[in-house]
Amino acid sequence: MTVRIGVVIFPGSNRDIDAVNAIEIAGAEAVPLWHESVDLGGVAAVMLPGGFAYGDYIRAGVIARFSPVMRAVSAFAADGGLVLGICNGFQVLAEAGLVPGALLRNRGLRFVARQVSIAPERLDTPFTASVGERRPLRMPVAHGEGCYYADDATLDEIEANGQVLFRYVHDDGTTPESLDDPANPNGSLRAIAGVTNAAGNVAGLMPHPETAVEAILGSDDGLGIIRSFVESAATRGAAPRVERDLATAAR
Amino acid sequence: MTTSFRFAVNVTPKPGILDPQGRAVEGSLRHLGIAGVSAVRVGRRVELTVDAPTEREARETVDHLATELLSNPLIESYAVENVGAASSARAQEPVA
Repeated sequence: MTVRIGVVIFPGSNRDIDAVNAIEIAGAEAVPLWHESVDLGGVAAVMLPGGFAYGDYIRAGVIARFSPVMRAVSAFAADGGLVLGICNGFQVLAEAGLVPGALLRNRGLRFVARQVSIAPERLDTPFTASVGERRPLRMPVAHGEGCYYADDATLDEIEANGQVLFRYVHDDGTTPESLDDPANPNGSLRAIAGVTNAAGNVAGLMPHPETAVEAILGSDDGLGIIRSFVESAATRGAAPRVERDLATAAR
Repeated sequence: MTTSFRFAVNVTPKPGILDPQGRAVEGSLRHLGIAGVSAVRVGRRVELTVDAPTEREARETVDHLATELLSNPLIESYAVENVGAASSARAQEPVA
């Protein structure tokens, strides 16, 4: 049986079609999950796509955090379910406190939409296991608020715990020299492009692996990430207990 | 009997937090020929009316809202100010 991956659709999501496409290319079935759903339909993992959920009013991601589907996603994550947030999805996860830190307005103030290179810090996570080797991955960014911020103590802690998943790098894999180095497109602290929670089952990143899954799109470097996610979800299986409890509670 | 309280919530980036908007405002000062202005921080002001029996309870609601939604405690702080009763006519309506 094909593994089923949920794609959450908020009002203002606009990369959900790309997420569905990437999941299908990776060999899984994509299941759209409307933001008002209180259950996740028994999916094996959940992806939060890019866009501008609820217009990004107040702060990117914050209003989405209070939607019914996010209650279900939080419970799913607490139970060990795999959750991947991309771009706006990362902002939603950060606002919900499901991953550490916050995404500030880009250091250079501009909305940045171009190809960047990121390098995985680890290849033993559910999000990078199928990437193959530690090399720079080319994929686009498209955001105005992607500057990763956490206080020094938190940064030290997530580095020590191995929660830094991706960093921005030059195309040759070298580290950006400063926070204003163009290789770090938004001035993220320590060039952090993606992080996981402490348990390692929830991840967020600003770049778009789901739009770099076919050569015709300019790069297929993102497919390794999507495939890792799908294959890890297939191995772990669904966690239906949480959803049943939530559905009962909602009645 | 409830009263309508009118509040303003002022949200600002915490000290030390990058504020590119503040920097952009500072950058524009020279175009305006203004000197002697520094440390610009750009925040957000949200005004709202809360119906509650007492001002204390109304403030509790505002604090809850400010912490959960209007500000992100990781990067922003907020201050609540009372900007007066919203509407005395509405405040005098009988409560169902």
